[in-house]
Amino acid sequence: MFQVIGERINTSRKKIQAAVTNRDTDYIQNDVKNQQEAGADFIDVNAGARIGHEKEDMKWLLDTIGPIATVPLCLDSPDPAILEMAYGMVDKPPMINSISLEKERFDTMMPFLKGKECKIIALCMDDTGMPVSSDDIIARAQKLVAQLESIGMKQDAIYIDPLVQPISTDSTKGTMVLDAVRQIKNQYPKVHITGGLSNISYGLPERKIINRTFVTLMMDAGMDSAIIDPLDSKIMAAIRTADMLLGNDNFCMAYLKGVRSGIIKS
Amino acid sequence: MTDFNEIKETLVNLDEQRLIQLVNDALEKGIPAGDILNKGLIAGMDIVGEKMENEDMFIPEVLMAARAMGKGVEILKPLLGEEETSARGSVIIGTVKGDLHDIGKNLVAMMIESAGLTAHNLGVDIAPEEFVRMIKEKNASILCLSALLTTTMPMMKQTIDAVVESGLRDQVKIMVGGAPVTQAFADEIGADAFASDAGSAAKTAKALVNQF
Repeated sequence: MFQVIGERINTSRKKIQAAVTNRDTDYIQNDVKNQQEAGADFIDVNAGARIGHEKEDMKWLLDTIGPIATVPLCLDSPDPAILEMAYGMVDKPPMINSISLEKERFDTMMPFLKGKECKIIALCMDDTGMPVSSDDIIARAQKLVAQLESIGMKQDAIYIDPLVQPISTDSTKGTMVLDAVRQIKNQYPKVHITGGLSNISYGLPERKIINRTFVTLMMDAGMDSAIIDPLDSKIMAAIRTADMLLGNDNFCMAYLKGVRSGIIKS
Repeated sequence: MTDFNEIKETLVNLDEQRLIQLVNDALEKGIPAGDILNKGLIAGMDIVGEKMENEDMFIPEVLMAARAMGKGVEILKPLLGEEETSARGSVIIGTVKGDLHDIGKNLVAMMIESAGLTAHNLGVDIAPEEFVRMIKEKNASILCLSALLTTTMPMMKQTIDAVVESGLRDQVKIMVGGAPVTQAFADEIGADAFASDAGSAAKTAKALVNQF
C-alpha cells in the first residue's frame, strides 16, 4: 500500500510555528491525531524554521508528539546532531529526512546512519544542483542506493526522492521524473519512491488538480509514498483510488472502507 | 504611438510572429530602434510582469513573452546605439552559498533583463566574497539574493554583512527573495527590498535603479 508521510508538523507553517513558540501542546497533539486519523503512515517533524531554536523546538515537539503517536515519526533536519538527539527520543524506528549526494550533507549523514535502525529518504540532489534529465535522476539514485547498501541499509529502508520540478518552466519536467521513477523501480523493486509533489504545479493556477492528477501518474510509474498533507481529503481519495486501480487493494477493501467512512468521495 | 500600443498588446498576447512583423514594420517606418525597444518591447514586458504579479498571467506565458521579446531584441540589437545598450542599470543576481535552487532566481533574472536592465546571473551556491567581487567588477547598482531553504536564509545576512564590510554597501541596493523569505526577514537583515515573484522583482529593481 501507498505510504503517506504527513507533512504538517513543520515550523515553516505559520500556525505550527505559533503553536511551537507558545508551547501549545493541545494544538500540536490534535494536528498529529488528525493526520493519523486521515491515514498518515509517518508523521514528519521539522523544527528548522525558527533559526537558532531548532534543537529545543525539536525536543519539545518530540516530547509532545511521542505520547500520542501511533505511527513512526519522520525526523526532518539537515543537522546530524539534532537527528542524533531526536533518534534517541523516539520509541519506534523512525524515518530520517534526509540524505543527498551534496558532499557536506552526505559526509555527515553517512556516519549518522551507519548501524541505525531507521528508514532513510535519499534526495537525488548533488553539488551541481537539481537533476537535469531522467538519466541524471537514475544515476544519482543508483549512487545513493549503492552507498546506503554499503553501510548495511536494506533496499526496503531506502526512500528515493527523485525531486519533482515545476512543469511551468519546462513542459518535459513531468515525463522526465516519470521515466526515471519507472526505471529506478525496475532496477530496484524493493526501493521506495517518495517525495513532495507540489513542486510540479509551481507557477500555475489551480495547483491542487495538477498535484492530484500527477500523483496518480507517479503511482503508475512506481511511486509508493509521498510527503503530503493527509488532511487534503481530495488528494488522499485520489491516492486510495489509484492504489486500488493499480492492484494494491485486495477485493477493493480499502477503497470500500474509505467510502463508508466518508474519506473517499467522488 | 499607436504602433507601440500594438507592439505591447501583441507581446502580451504572446503572438511571436506578429510581434516580429510589427518590429520590422516600425523600423521601416523610421522609428528609432531605441524607441521600439523601450516604448514597445520593454513597456510590454512591464505589463506582462504586472499581470504575473496579479496572477493574470502564469510562468509558461511569461516564458513565451520573454522568448518573443528576445526575438524582437535580436532584430533591434545591431541598430541600437552604444548608450542604449550600456547605460542600463547593472544587476548582480545569484543564489546564496549552500543553496542550489535556481528556477525562481532564473525567472527573476529573465524578468529583470526584460525590464531593460542588465542582469549578471552568477548561478547557485555563490559565496559572499564572490558577490562582492562581481559587484566591483560589473559596477553593479543592484544585488539580488535568492534562498529557497530556511537553512540558507542566514547566508543572506552573511552576504549583506560582507557587502557592508567591503565598503560597497552605499553603491548597491540589495533585494532578497525566495519561498521562505518575507518582508520582515528582509528588514531584519538590512536588505533594501523584498520581492515575492519575478514580476514584482523586475518592477522593484527598476524603481531602485531610478533612485540613483
